[in-house]
Amino acid sequence: MSIRHGLLALLERGPRYGSQLRTEFESRTGSTWPLNVGQVYTTLARLERDGLVAPGGEDAAGHTLYVITDTGSAELRQWYERPVDRANPPRDELSIKLAMAVGSPGVDIRAVIQSQRHATIRAMQDYTRLKAQALTAVESGDAHERDDVAWLLVLEQLIFQTEAEARWLDHCEARLVRLSLPADRRAAAPRPSPAAEPVNPPAATAAPGSSRTDPATTTTTTPPSSARARRG
Amino acid sequence: MPDQRPSQSPVLQLDQLVRTHGSGATEVHALRGINLSVFPGELVAVMGPSGSGKSTLLTLAGGLDTPTSGRVIVEGTDITAVGRKQLAAMRRRSIGYVFQDYNLIPALTAAENVALPRELDGISARKARVSALAALEEMGLRQLADRFPDEMSGGQQQRVAIARALVGDRRLVLADEPTGALDSETGESVLALLRSRCDAGAAGVLVTHEPRFAAWADRVVFLRDGSVVDETLRSHADSLLSGRAAGQ
Repeated sequence: MSIRHGLLALLERGPRYGSQLRTEFESRTGSTWPLNVGQVYTTLARLERDGLVAPGGEDAAGHTLYVITDTGSAELRQWYERPVDRANPPRDELSIKLAMAVGSPGVDIRAVIQSQRHATIRAMQDYTRLKAQALTAVESGDAHERDDVAWLLVLEQLIFQTEAEARWLDHCEARLVRLSLPADRRAAAPRPSPAAEPVNPPAATAAPGSSRTDPATTTTTTPPSSARARRG
Repeated sequence: MPDQRPSQSPVLQLDQLVRTHGSGATEVHALRGINLSVFPGELVAVMGPSGSGKSTLLTLAGGLDTPTSGRVIVEGTDITAVGRKQLAAMRRRSIGYVFQDYNLIPALTAAENVALPRELDGISARKARVSALAALEEMGLRQLADRFPDEMSGGQQQRVAIARALVGDRRLVLADEPTGALDSETGESVLALLRSRCDAGAAGVLVTHEPRFAAWADRVVFLRDGSVVDETLRSHADSLLSGRAAGQ
């Protein structure tokens, strides 16, 4: 996450002091990525060293102000124009966990998936509730409207991200069910499934009943359900 | 089932609900003993892969199908134990159904569509129209009252269908993939309406495979192979971000 460019973007609107930058950064992103004042000052010092910002005197209350330089404005412009680098995908604990769970003896991968799905959907419920509040704030259009819009965009990004994860989990489960028959034939002796612990979003209990696994098999049990009647 | 509002009785209660299709070798267990209570003010989403029993659950809850065993209690009445006539009356008075393809009657205006269940219930056409207009007004749809379905967008039709589902004293809305035919922005406005009706005291059950729409619910129930395997409760949204902040 680029604090440097975030601070430059705020300074582009006019001179600001350190804790003011922190407050504005957080109100736009709803404290999703909280900054401490130390980080702000360290970053400002580096920006100053690189000639992207300069000291701009003091305000009436004696706060040291910073202003963006021409070089800083040029760097900011470039940041907006340059797409975020996707060449090196960030390490994703959930992907790694599922990659490791495939074929691992004694791991009920469907329980792992359901446990994560629970946590992911629950995070989405929370984000959606916050989004409904943010929408109300934007529609009521008070003085902080611009910050509310920024916060709404951040929330929607979180919702899309969790949605992608939930969809991917559904896909993984469907894929594993389809592949389960040959896998079962090769499956080794049964072992008890360890409690699945979801990644990041708040604690969730392991799925009750999701270990409804036939003791004669391991990983991906349950026969294909294509024969089941009706939609839904 | 966790009872969030112990002082109120559920609008819908599913008790050990079983639905089996066929028998012997071709027997299919669509639902295997489902328990679920939905209280006033609550929106419950039901998720699960195809064939998990989501739609079966909804058709049973709406009295459109009969369970193999178990009870469906709507507003205190077990609809599996009443005669056809009383069941039809229950469906007119107490159960609102919202379908993926809206199911508005093309020859009737929005207001007439919304008034229809009341009229069928023997209320005078004038009174039914008054309550239909009130329902449309309350949902911000008054301007659509005199339009025919083919003069409305999909999202508008679906919002009118929600008004029809909740006209008069009805406070149970069963929605089967209500956003299935809508683009994501419009789908969201339909969900926002459903959410606000539940916030105003209705009880809703939403069947969907879209996590983003399920996330509008207070509770998400996961079905697999006819059983509830898991469910989420909504935590306090504001604690989420402070929790994240503390963890970083």
